[in-house]
Amino acid sequence: MNDDEDLSAPVTMEMRLSVNGIGYPITVDTRETLLDTLRERLDLTGAKKGCDHGQCGACTVLVDGRRVTSCLTLTVALDDREITTVEGLADGSVPHPLQTAFVRHDALQCGYCTPGQLCSAVGMLAEARAGWPSIVTADGGSVDARLDEAEIRERMSGNLCRCGAYVNIVAAIAEVAR
Amino acid sequence: MTTVAARAVGTEADRVEGLEKVTGRARYAFEHPIEDMVYAAPVPSVVARGEVIAVDVAEALTFPGVIDVLWHGNAPKLERVGNAELHVLQSPRVAYRGQYIAVVIAKTLEEAREAALRVGVEYAVERHDVGLRADHPRLYRPERVNPDLPADVQQGDPDTALAAAPVTVDAVYRTPAEHNNPMEPHATVARWDAEGLTLYDSTQGATSLRDAVAPLFGIEPSSVRVIAPHVGGGFGAKGEPHPPVVLAALAARRTGRPVKLAVTRQQMFSVTGYRTPTIQRVRLGAHPDGHLTAIVHDAVEQSSTIHEFAEQTTTPTRIMYAAPNRRTTHRLVRLDVPTPSWMRAPGEAPGMFALESAMDELAAACGLDPIELRIRNEPEVDPETGLPFSSRNLVACLRDGARRFGWADRDPAPGVRRRGRLLIGTGVAASTYPVYRSACQATARAEPGGIFTVRIAAADIGTGARTVLTQIAADVLRVPLGRVRVAIGDSALPRASLAGGSSGTASWGTAVTRACEALRDELDRRGGTPSTGVTVSVDTTEENGEPSRFARHAFGAQFAEVGVDRDTGEARVRRLLGVFAVGRVLNPKTARSQFIGGMTMGLSMALLEESVLDREFGDYLNHDLAQYHVAACADVPAVEAYWVEESDPHLNPMGSKGIGEIGIVGTAAAVANAVHHATGIRVRDLPIRLDKLLT
Amino acid sequence: MRPFVYRRPGDARTALAELAAEPGAMYLGGGTNLVDLMRLGVLAPRTLVDVTRACSDAIEVRPDGGLWIGAGVRNADLAAHPAVRRRYPMLAQALLSGASGQIRNMATVAGNLLQRTRCAYFQDPSKPCNKARPGTGCPARAGDHRNLAILGYSDFCVATHPSDMAVALTALGAVVHVEGAAGPYTVRMPGLHRLPGDEPERDTVLEPGDLIIAVEIPALPYAACSRYRKVRDRASFAFTVVSVAAAVDKSGGTIRDCRIALGGVAPVPWRAERAEAELRGAPIAEASFRRAADAELTAARPLTENGFKVALVRNVVVRALLDLVGVS
Repeated sequence: MNDDEDLSAPVTMEMRLSVNGIGYPITVDTRETLLDTLRERLDLTGAKKGCDHGQCGACTVLVDGRRVTSCLTLTVALDDREITTVEGLADGSVPHPLQTAFVRHDALQCGYCTPGQLCSAVGMLAEARAGWPSIVTADGGSVDARLDEAEIRERMSGNLCRCGAYVNIVAAIAEVAR
Repeated sequence: MTTVAARAVGTEADRVEGLEKVTGRARYAFEHPIEDMVYAAPVPSVVARGEVIAVDVAEALTFPGVIDVLWHGNAPKLERVGNAELHVLQSPRVAYRGQYIAVVIAKTLEEAREAALRVGVEYAVERHDVGLRADHPRLYRPERVNPDLPADVQQGDPDTALAAAPVTVDAVYRTPAEHNNPMEPHATVARWDAEGLTLYDSTQGATSLRDAVAPLFGIEPSSVRVIAPHVGGGFGAKGEPHPPVVLAALAARRTGRPVKLAVTRQQMFSVTGYRTPTIQRVRLGAHPDGHLTAIVHDAVEQSSTIHEFAEQTTTPTRIMYAAPNRRTTHRLVRLDVPTPSWMRAPGEAPGMFALESAMDELAAACGLDPIELRIRNEPEVDPETGLPFSSRNLVACLRDGARRFGWADRDPAPGVRRRGRLLIGTGVAASTYPVYRSACQATARAEPGGIFTVRIAAADIGTGARTVLTQIAADVLRVPLGRVRVAIGDSALPRASLAGGSSGTASWGTAVTRACEALRDELDRRGGTPSTGVTVSVDTTEENGEPSRFARHAFGAQFAEVGVDRDTGEARVRRLLGVFAVGRVLNPKTARSQFIGGMTMGLSMALLEESVLDREFGDYLNHDLAQYHVAACADVPAVEAYWVEESDPHLNPMGSKGIGEIGIVGTAAAVANAVHHATGIRVRDLPIRLDKLLT
Repeated sequence: MRPFVYRRPGDARTALAELAAEPGAMYLGGGTNLVDLMRLGVLAPRTLVDVTRACSDAIEVRPDGGLWIGAGVRNADLAAHPAVRRRYPMLAQALLSGASGQIRNMATVAGNLLQRTRCAYFQDPSKPCNKARPGTGCPARAGDHRNLAILGYSDFCVATHPSDMAVALTALGAVVHVEGAAGPYTVRMPGLHRLPGDEPERDTVLEPGDLIIAVEIPALPYAACSRYRKVRDRASFAFTVVSVAAAVDKSGGTIRDCRIALGGVAPVPWRAERAEAELRGAPIAEASFRRAADAELTAARPLTENGFKVALVRNVVVRALLDLVGVS
């Protein structure tokens, strides 16, 4: 333990992080997760911290178009990736159809899981378009990934909502998926 | 005062802050940017009972970025208040494992968290007792139970009546500790300056938090400002003040810099409250035709050694059914456990699981349909007080629900309906929640441009309060929704009660109504809006102080269909349907969300939720969202909520009852009753996990 | 989290060299388990060698129908691959039963194999645990173990292995290709994971610094008739209570060959060799399946609170086999 002091010094790296089409030159502590970099360094607080361990989905963002939990993603590994957060879903001032559908279906209450639900839904719809199965698809022996409500429920189960807005979330996503 | 035809109230207005929330612009507590801020990482106790002998801060202080380490030996002194849980870092005593005993303040989150792991703490460990049991020698009768109700109530001679009853049910039901787990963990940004203390906090009540924190620091409430425009859920966990906000304020005081503190999900299982586990014995005596002669409901529950929280588990039994002989009791034991607090429908949720399961058992014993049994025991007046009900439409809810759910042709025989490998069953339970209302203040202002601003320190924790208050104001002012701004979530606004006890809309809405009425009168008197605008203020203390001559409660009926896998015992809900009688529904869209949200949490309570207390270490072991299961999307198929027309002039100007909690009440019993119908197995201890159904 | 140096080599040999050069270094794959455990304080590597560029993320279908899967392939991509879905449905189902869409997008094949137990004591550095903090004891034995092992555990550790995918790979006899200090070698599953014995801190037979570079699934035509059934408390996004991966090769009225592996019952993904032996040549009938399950379960030694798993395993094995042979 005599070298503890040395070991406690943060290790930093310079990198460029691309978020919602904007490149941010930053110096990161190697320990920083994407979630903390977004929230604490770039003031992009849309992605939420609900558990910090990949167990709730509130921090979901898209990395190169794929949904991931940003709380388990080290920022330092993302130098050549494109990140999309909830702040980047709209087309200029026009909200993404999912954002509009969430408001109309009241698919949110406290709103804290909502950015993660939205990013997850965007990623999920892309997965379905690519023909990816879920366990509902695979259990049924089907290769057709038609997004009925059971499929949406299973595919969105990585995003917990404690307010219990699930039925409205599913309705909102189903409407956009159609 | 005049009434107006509703225009906005009763319509499905979208949430006024909906767009902010779906675009990520809505700022929650931890997200308010402040110059020069630093991060706090608390150090929790790793023993359940004892004393902190020494805290070695030397190593942590050598860490880069670390600014300070606070513990009871160097923390600023706090004034004593009623709740000793808030005397953070004031004493070496450890009352429960996970209690905050130190805090590290550092320049970055990473530095603070790592240094917190390296704070050396030496304890004098004492033997702990964390086991709740019905025969615990230290059980006692609390003076009052939450919110301020008698612990025991007896009428008639229930023991004799039970002994003489031709049909009886005598069963023990258990509910586990459950944790609220709002998606947003408790978080605070604390800043001291010349004016005093500013707290950006995740709270259900800006005014009440301000009033709780100020005396700890020996300052006037006017020197504390609590700002909470958006709150990521609470379900009671952000109602009473808890240690983290005090710790953040202490750390900011000591360092002289703004401090950010977010409770980790793991720490939330120790320091932010939870639903007490209960052991409940229910005894019912009845005639063979189902008419009750006696109801006895006894509850045993826990609190911590540091603070008494006595939950009102058996109080719903006082008003539910007619029976001449009745007794309801509460017994508490103070253990070396974290302090329990409010969790959505404290008392009603676990209490009605027991009562409504017992009623299902009685229906079977009498050979009666469970809906008919309840109808036969419908009381004329409140059985406890003898007061008339301001409105009571339980029977209408049961009948409407039965029709919508398709109850009529139900075969009561358990364990006989198969679909593939599933056993299918249906169940029903009643629901109830009391009407509470608190005094508030509000202001309403007319601007010359035709815009109106209503101010009140209300909270929108996801209930839709901001939206509904806007609708109420618009109607009283007789203007379109778009011309009304409602400012909430800030203690600098007129004082308001907290979002709890399903009382928010009733309390705040009354003040908003009165303020807007007064403004309208003022504008009438002046013949229009003056060029400088005009503001009026109201206070509902007097109006709220008038005692009601009525028993006021909301009621509902919950229906569930479940499927139980015959091979694995996995029970899944196939559909839930609730019908509620809650006075006037002010916004059907957000109201429906409240109902289905409560029912979803009830489903989760029925099948999944249990905080597992570790006997050896004294903490809640499964302290994260991978181990403590809350319902995921796949657990929640069709959930439908409806309401019956109910006109009740004895409530408030809006004619509304609270809707935030009633959705969870009765759901677990409906599911458990459905599981019994499916399998023939009566599960009396929640949650209904597969090992209890495996045959 | 302790500060660490981050490196991202472009090939496996460099990765091995970098790991060997740095005391306390660990490989980083998708990070879904390692970052989690680092934040909890369970693991504190001084250097992370990110191997996502050092390992292949390609899936090759061999002429004989077998698969060669790069260690860096993400779980989601493996589950979606047409050959996996068609030829090894149990593998696709196991992958899709695990975690969430987000986590499957991140987690790699090698990282999934090497993930650590979810035993609550293991994950809490303030408590004893022989696996995480060797020599401190195992409180799970007397404490909460509803979801821990009934087979293969020791006095030192009663944890279960959490992976779903590994159960399917164990049934399929997957061959793990490893780059070691002395050169490449292979390990055939179920031989990768080791029983705890008196060294529960060692989850696998790999030596420190060894790097999994690929997983090969030997051709097994009858695996097209296979299934993974996972029993869990929550309907989705939950670790297994009990799971079974099964494949059967039917011939007339008998079982010619079969593969069965169990999850959630042991410190390792559990190949049910006794059940397989009982079943080979047995008539296709529920009674055969029941005998096979019972044969495996004779070795079960449930703890105080997890005896239900014995009946559960029996039911699930029988049901999975009945489903596979098309008997309702």
